[in-house]
Amino acid sequence: MSEENERASDEHADDEREDGEAVVAAVEAVAERIEAERDHLTDLDSAIGDADHGGNMARGWAKAADAARDLEDPNPETVAKTVGKTLMSEVGGASGPLFGGSLVFAGAELADGVTAETAVAFAETYLEKVEDRGDARIGDGTMVDALTPAVHTFKKSVEVDDLDPLEALAKAVDAAERGVAFTVPIRARKGRASYLGWRSVGHQDPGATSTLFLLEEVLEVAADRLDAEVPETDASSPTIPDDTEAEDAEADEAGSDDATPEGAE
Amino acid sequence: MTVGLVVVSHSARAAEGIVEIAAEMAGETRIEAVGGDGRGGIGTVPDDIEDALVAAGDVGRSGNGGDSGADDDPSDGVVVLVDLGSAVMNAEVAIELSDVDAVIADAPVLEGAVNAAVAATDPSATLESVREQAEAASEISKV
Repeated sequence: MSEENERASDEHADDEREDGEAVVAAVEAVAERIEAERDHLTDLDSAIGDADHGGNMARGWAKAADAARDLEDPNPETVAKTVGKTLMSEVGGASGPLFGGSLVFAGAELADGVTAETAVAFAETYLEKVEDRGDARIGDGTMVDALTPAVHTFKKSVEVDDLDPLEALAKAVDAAERGVAFTVPIRARKGRASYLGWRSVGHQDPGATSTLFLLEEVLEVAADRLDAEVPETDASSPTIPDDTEAEDAEADEAGSDDATPEGAE
Repeated sequence: MTVGLVVVSHSARAAEGIVEIAAEMAGETRIEAVGGDGRGGIGTVPDDIEDALVAAGDVGRSGNGGDSGADDDPSDGVVVLVDLGSAVMNAEVAIELSDVDAVIADAPVLEGAVNAAVAATDPSATLESVREQAEAASEISKV
């Protein structure tokens, strides 16, 4: 190995270790936050569920933080998978496979470390797994209502608006907050709250709420690691879609089956 | 070709009891029971389900001393019977994580397990035929 390569690979190892340590710090922050919110989550869950979300999540995340701290080589992928596995076996109920299982699969997207691109891929895989596993879509009154706007906002902020990852994440957190508020006035269609039918209306979903707490802590830790303030922002996009570009994109998408998009003329 | 079965229940004892009943009809078919939260309580754990999938999918290889037997009578996969809710999700996670070719039968867990056990004894049984028979259990009328 040439000296230069050696230096590059040392730097890579350093980056990976730093990323891994940041992920462990995020997991610890989540564990603390969930413990602090245990009674709040349990109260939300006792209104429309079986009052175990706070206790189950607090136990699971405490064990997950222990497992993450014990890792000898805490690269981001290994941390995510270890935490996911621990949540799967410790949280119980549907939250185990939803929070933990999704993390195990999404963790594979972090094999090359944490960058804006891998973070978007991670977020998209996580959302996809939660949707598939729970067979839930937006508007069902579940954690999907917090996750979908967060993931979409993060992706657009990074890929279209070209914002720096921290600002993109701050926007995603704001989007998740709006999503949590959206679970209040709608009728739950999935999960235990759906058994209540119309009686679920007017209640905030516990899973959407804990999902927001997770995102808030990840944002805090990310800002802390980058020595930055958490940006003041909201979920709206700074860019106005350009009509010509939008038409081009539509035409590209329709291109293969020769369809002319309505109103394209 | 052989098809293995896994019965997943929130209760380890329920899973074992169902396997006990199904095994009466199962001949040589490998049936694994898995359930419980791993701490003596009610629940299911994906890792435990994954172990059961591997054990049930290993039919036909076990007698060959391990490494040489991979293509003698290969397993045609595993049909999984599940009870409720998160057991279904955890079984899905376990299937995705394992290398075993496995499918979940959308069937009542006890009746489906008995039907699947019978179907799996057919020498021409496939993963699909066993799953179909398990799912036909939804039609069983009792009174």
